[in-house]
Amino acid sequence: GTYGIAQTVRELSVISHSQITRLYSRFHSLDKGENGALSREDFQRIPELAINPLGDRIINAFFPEGEDQVNFRGFMRTLAHFRPVEDNEKNKDPNSGEPLNSRNNKLLFAFRLYDLDRDDKISRDELLQVLRMMVGVNISDEQLGSIADRTIQEADTNGDMSISFSEFIKVLEKVDVEQKMSIRFLH
Amino acid sequence: MESYLFPFDGLLCMLLGISFTLWFTLLLIFIIVPAVFGVSFGIRRLYMKSLLKIFEWATLRMERGAREKNQQLYKPYSNGIIAKELVSLEQEIQEVRRSGIPAPEPEFDMSDIFSFCRRGVESIVDDEVTKRFTAEELESWNLLTRSNYNFHHISTRLTVLWGVGVLVRYAILLPLRVTLAFTGVGLLVVLTSLIGLLPNGWVKSSLSEKAHLMCYRICVRALTAIITYHDSENKPKNGGICVANHTSPIDVIILASDGCYAMVGQVHGGLMGVIQRAMLKACPHIWFERSEVKDRHLVAKRLSDHVADKTKLPILIFPEGTCINNTSVMMFKKGSFEIGCTVYPVAIKYDPRFGDAFWNSSKFGMVNYLLHMMSSWGVVCSVWYLPPMRREEGEDAVQFANRVKAAIARKGGLADLLWDGGLKREKVKKVFKEEQQKMYSKVLVGVSEDSRPFPVRRTSHNRQQV
Repeated sequence: GTYGIAQTVRELSVISHSQITRLYSRFHSLDKGENGALSREDFQRIPELAINPLGDRIINAFFPEGEDQVNFRGFMRTLAHFRPVEDNEKNKDPNSGEPLNSRNNKLLFAFRLYDLDRDDKISRDELLQVLRMMVGVNISDEQLGSIADRTIQEADTNGDMSISFSEFIKVLEKVDVEQKMSIRFLH
Repeated sequence: MESYLFPFDGLLCMLLGISFTLWFTLLLIFIIVPAVFGVSFGIRRLYMKSLLKIFEWATLRMERGAREKNQQLYKPYSNGIIAKELVSLEQEIQEVRRSGIPAPEPEFDMSDIFSFCRRGVESIVDDEVTKRFTAEELESWNLLTRSNYNFHHISTRLTVLWGVGVLVRYAILLPLRVTLAFTGVGLLVVLTSLIGLLPNGWVKSSLSEKAHLMCYRICVRALTAIITYHDSENKPKNGGICVANHTSPIDVIILASDGCYAMVGQVHGGLMGVIQRAMLKACPHIWFERSEVKDRHLVAKRLSDHVADKTKLPILIFPEGTCINNTSVMMFKKGSFEIGCTVYPVAIKYDPRFGDAFWNSSKFGMVNYLLHMMSSWGVVCSVWYLPPMRREEGEDAVQFANRVKAAIARKGGLADLLWDGGLKREKVKKVFKEEQQKMYSKVLVGVSEDSRPFPVRRTSHNRQQV
């Protein structure tokens, strides 16, 4: 049941029992096929997500490479990236490794939204594709191309015409990632 | 052997006969006669008050049980379980940019993605729409298994109470209610058919009104519905359209037991068809054939014709088009607001403590739903008649519909949503995603929007914003 999973989840980050129950209830209500796992269609049934320009990329983040189903453990693991960072103060064990909701891991989550082929680099082509998702038909190819070129120029320090994860971190060092990529429970 | 069974046999028959007579006499005196005359002995309200006390006691016991085991009770929150930004997406993205001044070239910031990403994940955890299509979670337990999330906190005493509850509901209340329901519906069919034989005139319409009211009142008692009507001076008048939020088929019975309406709907076969045809004989209702429903002009014409005739009753319409779970009001279809007559809005709010009245048509059929309703404790609701509204100069049908919807939502204490109730079954239209993309493109290019960032559709995260 939920208790074994709760143990796993607590290793990943700090979530209270009632919050896990709530998320399980949510998982269950999204699972229309009632087979204990969510498919991409289950996510697309959420109207606010379906109209989000990056909806498909976000949904993709829940599914490990090559898989079509995500179970509750996987669901929680992905959501754990969005825990607020201050909750980590309770987790002082130095051997537990970097928690999923650290600043670095939040940045990695965002990096992977851009990195379509998962080769740890954002190429010009990938950047263009993501930009096209965000603007739809409202900006011409040329304008979009020059936006992509400018972005890569500003970020690229080693001259390989693509953005690596460390370059990505450098560009965003002044941004309050913790606040923008955190979801707080009300209770 | 037979000789000594005989006297018992006769005695048994006599006892059965007496109890049946007693049963029906009581039924007649306490339920049917008051229904005919529209008075009430107040039995149902007394019943409601006692039940509430029992529910409170049950919840307290469960909390005590939970505290002893050092755990927390699961408490559902329908207002949302996560904190959401009150600023719009557009404002959030604008914050990092020089505001207002159009930039010479489009400015893209790699951090723009964070806002889209977080909002997407927020909607995965808790969205405004999908939760409206399932029954609302209740905070206190009303002794029905269907609505309990804290099973492991029930003590023996509570289980006994629950058992007694089951017995009372299924052995006493259910048969009583089913009898009443059949009586009510049967009387409706018989009386309206008889009245249909009369020539059109004042006598016929007056009798028809009384017959309809009486039968609906019996049906109200068949559901043990305790209804409080507010602001009855605003009751709908002839030549107008009454619009209300829709939670279940019971809404019709609730409204029609306090006033006379012309119903609108599709022609059904079977029992429903019989009832529809009978009702039509006594006074004009509007029943459409299945094929006619698709033709919007035909529908609009028939409605306008009915409304133009001041001798005909006000039309009752539910513009949401589908049942919503009574925590919110969803998009009103503009058809009824194009007709150009007075609209009488009505807000209906069910008290969720007694049982959930929402009809989840994807899960249960109609008969299943009615049985479910008749075997629960009862239905408690409030009806507010709002002052009549007319379409104003320069307002189109959609804006008028939204204005009426906002008034209903405010009065009933429901969230006012712009989302379409049709999303229960259908996918959201692509045009809304295109609007988001257009908005972001404008931000990139540096054009600042005025006070209404989205052209037509915007979700309200927070009902207080209305």
